[in-house]
Amino acid sequence: MSERHAIFINIEIDPAIAADAAIAAKLAEVCPVDIFSATDSTIALVPENLDECVLCNLCVDAAPPGGVKIIKLYE
Amino acid sequence: MSVLLHPDFTFIVQGITGREAVNLTRECLDYGSKIVAGVTPGRKGREVHGVPVFDTVEQAVAHHGGPIDGAVATVPPAFTKDAVIEAIENEIKLIVVVTERIPRRDVAQMVELANERGARIIGPNCLGLITPGVAKMGGIGGPAKDAAKAYKPGVVGVMSRSGGMTTEISSSLTAAGLGVSTAISIGGDAIIGSTYAELIGLFEADPQTEAIVIYTEPGGRMEAELVDWRAANNPRLPIVAFMAGKFMDDEEMQGMSFGHAGTIVEGAEDSAAQKITRLEAAGIPVVERIDQIPARVKEAIGR
Amino acid sequence: MRFYEFESRRIVERAGIPVTKYGFCKTADEARRSATEIGGPTVIKSQVLTGGRMKAGGVKFADTPDQAAEYADEILQLEIAGHLPVGVLVDPKAEVEQEYYAAVLWDGRAKRPMLLFSDMGGIDIEAVAEEHPDHVGRAHISNLHPIFDFEAKQAVARCGMTGSELGRASRILAALAHLQRDYDMTLAEINPVARLTDGSFVALDAHMEMEDEAVGRHRKFLESIGVDLAEPREMYQPSEFERNVKAIDAADHRGVIQGKDHGFHGNLGLVIGAGGGSLTLTDAVRSQGGKPANYAEIGGNPSVAKSCGLAKQVLQKEGVDKIAVMMSIVSNTRVDIVARGVIKACLELGKDPGETIAIFRIPGAWEDEGYKILDHYGVEYCDRSVSMWEAAGRAVAKVQGGAA
Repeated sequence: MSERHAIFINIEIDPAIAADAAIAAKLAEVCPVDIFSATDSTIALVPENLDECVLCNLCVDAAPPGGVKIIKLYE
Repeated sequence: MSVLLHPDFTFIVQGITGREAVNLTRECLDYGSKIVAGVTPGRKGREVHGVPVFDTVEQAVAHHGGPIDGAVATVPPAFTKDAVIEAIENEIKLIVVVTERIPRRDVAQMVELANERGARIIGPNCLGLITPGVAKMGGIGGPAKDAAKAYKPGVVGVMSRSGGMTTEISSSLTAAGLGVSTAISIGGDAIIGSTYAELIGLFEADPQTEAIVIYTEPGGRMEAELVDWRAANNPRLPIVAFMAGKFMDDEEMQGMSFGHAGTIVEGAEDSAAQKITRLEAAGIPVVERIDQIPARVKEAIGR
Repeated sequence: MRFYEFESRRIVERAGIPVTKYGFCKTADEARRSATEIGGPTVIKSQVLTGGRMKAGGVKFADTPDQAAEYADEILQLEIAGHLPVGVLVDPKAEVEQEYYAAVLWDGRAKRPMLLFSDMGGIDIEAVAEEHPDHVGRAHISNLHPIFDFEAKQAVARCGMTGSELGRASRILAALAHLQRDYDMTLAEINPVARLTDGSFVALDAHMEMEDEAVGRHRKFLESIGVDLAEPREMYQPSEFERNVKAIDAADHRGVIQGKDHGFHGNLGLVIGAGGGSLTLTDAVRSQGGKPANYAEIGGNPSVAKSCGLAKQVLQKEGVDKIAVMMSIVSNTRVDIVARGVIKACLELGKDPGETIAIFRIPGAWEDEGYKILDHYGVEYCDRSVSMWEAAGRAVAKVQGGAA
């Protein structure tokens, strides 16, 4: 048996904002299911939490327009 | 006239800053309910969805400038008894207790005090009540738009030991064009503030209500009490009942609790089979399936 | 929470109710010492939570301390209904003149505790109440006011007792009433209370049950009488399935899942919710000829991981190759999150969700999003226009079709 991540949801982060420390911290703070981690002031995704995404769009709103995209893999 | 709630009914939310309470406040406000204040000790001065928060019920009443009709208590089990008694002693007459896992003695104490003061408790371990199109008090039916979808104003009163099944049953009545007058989630614990027999008089007095549906489970003596009430009170309203948990009558399930704390077969009278026999003997049909309820109600009221 | 006989004895003693000299012993040597101290013939009783110990040979009468040790040795190794005793209770073989019954329990209809006393003790109280109602005295007590001595006296007098016995019996019943209130007992029963040849009243056998919801606030008291709070006290040994589901639930605070399979022996796995919905759906499956492999409850909007964990546990039960995912209309729990959880469980176990999920019937919050996911994986689903009964029937038909 295998643990699978990101069966339903993927997140795309625009490389242009990935290294922005302020945005990284903000994303980590707003996500209710801890999909983002802000280490060394860059944004990283926590793969095992991707499928927990509740589609609240708080991350999309926290980033500059187009900076974060939520991809529904079932669409 | 309606059952318990009316368009100007005012209430507070005790424990309003808790996660569930914040949701419930939003849902009730969206539905049109009048929440006039919230209480969380130490949080005076805050606001939750525009509702001012106070430290005590006394402050909430002073802010409102007059008596408040009701309270929804959603505080941790260790503090619930005190919160409910605080509401009762501040002249609040209808208290919905959402909290689960409250020790029975605490529940019995607050219920006894409510009786002495002429107040009424719904719950604990319940989702509250809704009068479709008028107000909802508690999480019953969920967000306002979902509640509106399942609950349309109509002629059937619903009383249920399961919060979720209150909505399932009401939705079937709504879909059948019968609608709901008032639906009350009465709670799943062994001792609750208001039983079927203690509520049915309100429906009997409500001209909008033409029939009653009850959802029940094994455990307790509430059906016997209802049957006795009817025998003594010459009732106007027909009742249709649904009994869940018949599988619990199996020998292997004896003494085990399923679903709710009060749902445990402790004696012969507690079993589903006994209860069904008792209800049917009293002229209350017990249907096998939820989807048979609307037809049985229509038959009973001649539609 | 259920108590062993020796714990109940300690509780009663703590409440000031007289008991005979007794010993709780974990070895044969301790039993010998205890029997010596007591003096005279003794009774050696297995300390297990299950009933039927008399029949199983868990109770023996000893004439001498050596015999007490010998019996203790036997009983300590005797399994009763799969349980080894935690020790033995050594009691004197009391010289009993008369047996009485005393209890305080909740009357749910009156919403008050009820005092019960009978001068026909030692036997099944329900039979006494049926055949000799005038020998059972009852009285309700307030939850708010103090417990007055006259209330116990009234209950005892109502079964026809008088004279010096009235006072002695009343004191025991009053103490029992305080005990029930102080320690949140759902049942506080002494059967029998015995009048010994010297005229004194003692509690010979006590049965106490504390409400689970109240155990937390009596932690100190329970520790003081030697109760191990970590020890499981279910009526039966939890199965692997039950333990696993409990662990998954405890590991994540989002939502609540429960699973039971004691008494369920079928092949249709149930991933269902919540309280009332689970009861309704389990009945609906069984009434239509289905055989549930388990009982389950999902509620409070659990995470994807939690729904996934429950579904995986159900799918890994022997003989289960299909699950039915069903609930009454949800308003807090989200349809799409549960859909993700159960589909993920199938995929992680290398199963096709479309084949494995016999039916998905959860209407309500976020249903449109949920139905998109189910469409994508070819899972059969239905909305609120399909009743719980009909959904359960479809699941049963699929499982039976597959087995044929």
